[in-house]
Amino acid sequence: MQKFEEVIGVALPLDRANVDTDAIIPQRWLVTVSRTGLGAGLFGVWRYDAQGAPRPDFVLNQPAYRGARIVVAGANYGCGSSREHAVWAHLDHGVRAVIAPSFGPIFEENCLNNGLLPVTLPALVVQRLMQQLLARPGARCGVDLRQRQVTGPDGECHPFRIDPGRREALLEGWDAIAVTERESAAIAAFQARQLGAMPWLNAGAAP
Amino acid sequence: MSSSTPPPRTLFDKLWDAHHVAELADGRSLIHVDRHLVHELSSPQAFAGLRMAGRRVRNPERTFAMADHIVSTEPGRTDATVPGGAEMIAALRANAAEHGIRHFDLGDPAQGIVHVVAPEQGLVHPGMTVVCGDSHTCTLGALGAWAWGVGTSEVEHVLATQTLALHKPERMRIHLHGSMDADLSAKDLALQLLRHIGVRGAAVGFAELCGSLVEGLDMEGRFTLCNLGIEAGARAAVIAPDAITLDYLRQHCAGLPQLARALASWAGWQGDAGARYPHEQRLQLTLDAPRFTWGTTPAQVVAIDEPVPSLNEARDAQEAMQWQRAYDYMGLKPGARLQGQHVDRVFIGSCTNGRLSDLVRAARVVRGRRVAPQVQAMVVPGSARVRRQAEALGLDRVFQEAGFEWRLPGCSMCVGMNADQVRPGQRCVSTSNRNFEGRQGPGARTHLASPASAAAAALAGKIVDHRLYEPHHAEV
Repeated sequence: MQKFEEVIGVALPLDRANVDTDAIIPQRWLVTVSRTGLGAGLFGVWRYDAQGAPRPDFVLNQPAYRGARIVVAGANYGCGSSREHAVWAHLDHGVRAVIAPSFGPIFEENCLNNGLLPVTLPALVVQRLMQQLLARPGARCGVDLRQRQVTGPDGECHPFRIDPGRREALLEGWDAIAVTERESAAIAAFQARQLGAMPWLNAGAAP
Repeated sequence: MSSSTPPPRTLFDKLWDAHHVAELADGRSLIHVDRHLVHELSSPQAFAGLRMAGRRVRNPERTFAMADHIVSTEPGRTDATVPGGAEMIAALRANAAEHGIRHFDLGDPAQGIVHVVAPEQGLVHPGMTVVCGDSHTCTLGALGAWAWGVGTSEVEHVLATQTLALHKPERMRIHLHGSMDADLSAKDLALQLLRHIGVRGAAVGFAELCGSLVEGLDMEGRFTLCNLGIEAGARAAVIAPDAITLDYLRQHCAGLPQLARALASWAGWQGDAGARYPHEQRLQLTLDAPRFTWGTTPAQVVAIDEPVPSLNEARDAQEAMQWQRAYDYMGLKPGARLQGQHVDRVFIGSCTNGRLSDLVRAARVVRGRRVAPQVQAMVVPGSARVRRQAEALGLDRVFQEAGFEWRLPGCSMCVGMNADQVRPGQRCVSTSNRNFEGRQGPGARTHLASPASAAAAALAGKIVDHRLYEPHHAEV
């Protein structure tokens, strides 16, 4: 996983709630066996018209927001499908953090597993950031995982909470599978015990 | 209570305790995954990750694979589908072969949508942990399993270790009581529940569903209800097993070794009397008319005889803005009625409503009638087995004689990433689970509804009350 320590950069305001993963990475960009190259499809249907030309009214296409590193959005960001492509698309586009009042649960987990930092802040704080970003297109924010705080365009700091274990994993860029593999003996013992009690668990498909 | 009496445990507590492998240094627990289901959309990158790290699938015997999302549903299909799709199907086939995973390939008599196939093949039991790289894995909680959707990194983690690292999830129990007319279905109930509690009304890792409305559903209705759990934010939606569950398992697990012992064990997956969840929500619902979504979230729901909300009913400016976007996208005016809205497409299928009883309900409406001339309507059975069973009942002829297409199993028009798509601006009544902008295709206008409602919309060419077409309406 990519490490995350701090990101400072242009923040993209997406002033709507329930931005689902179908909107983040629409179906036609999902047809791939790769994790890379998905940035081109980020918010694809909002971003391009039917002929594939950028829609000038969509924030991501406006010059001021070019190179955005942070997304600020309404509640329930990333709801819907479990597609991890939604996270890879952000990263491929250069976005390293998303700030919202709440997240879709699978998207949030996918973020934490890939080094895209999901930052939960109170709805009123997010609304204030949103207003500042809309008023000053291209304004910058900071997200500091060590200090656990967001710095708004006005310089005000907003502390956020994150599970200490997940924070450390992000700061260090740990390989989650390697951590679990240290428990291999415990897994084997569990499986032997479980299968002894429930021998039907390994049975295959019904005839 | 004496200090030696253990506190009563909820169904969740028992599932957690029974799958707890180890405590990790970061404060999470390692939870064993008893069954892992993989498909072609969310697994290729996970297998590639394993390969890059030189890892193997730890328990191929606990893992089952099938392609469903990208596959063509055209009769006589091959791997050919949308450009790039055949590569995903081929990757799944090669990965399953390389790692010794049972794969229900295209043409296999068990192939179909993962959440339809897994229960009917007897792969999901009460008390199991089940994961799949698919948010609608919550469907399988209807059997009393703790089943939840994961991303591709977690798929890779499960392939390598047969476990996931978890904090104990937030959890709740929802008690559903009230009344539902006999000619309505689990889909109407699920949509009404979503309307009631909203898209984050059950934003927890684990929601147990109970109450008389739940108990009154047959097994396939329970799959439909649990399927929509994630649309309320519930990563898992679980119903404790009862006689209906055990009957289903007796049929679908007939070949299991020690079935009698297994059934006795499965029946025991119940919360203790007196055990309480951190959140208990009691709802009283009255369902006397079919439900439809009107907007672009699954919680924007009205009854057939009710107008879509007006802007002055919105709670705040934020909600008013969301509604305005939804009216614009859906081509509806505030306060308009859905009843009578012209329909272009009808889709009956998906992991929500692609089971035999769904097709039986739809066929009851369709029998002896014709699809309206301008409507393109399709029925996509959820699995090859459902398709065979429906054909044995002659339902394929009922649908085809009426003008429906009768397709091969897959996710089809629910996910809109194969060739089955709604065209821009077209209005579709769909038995699927998501009416997000663009879900069924860019610009598609989706109304989620029950199989009977979808069937009736196909016949009328507009949104109508399906009870007009019910053969025994007067008696119901």
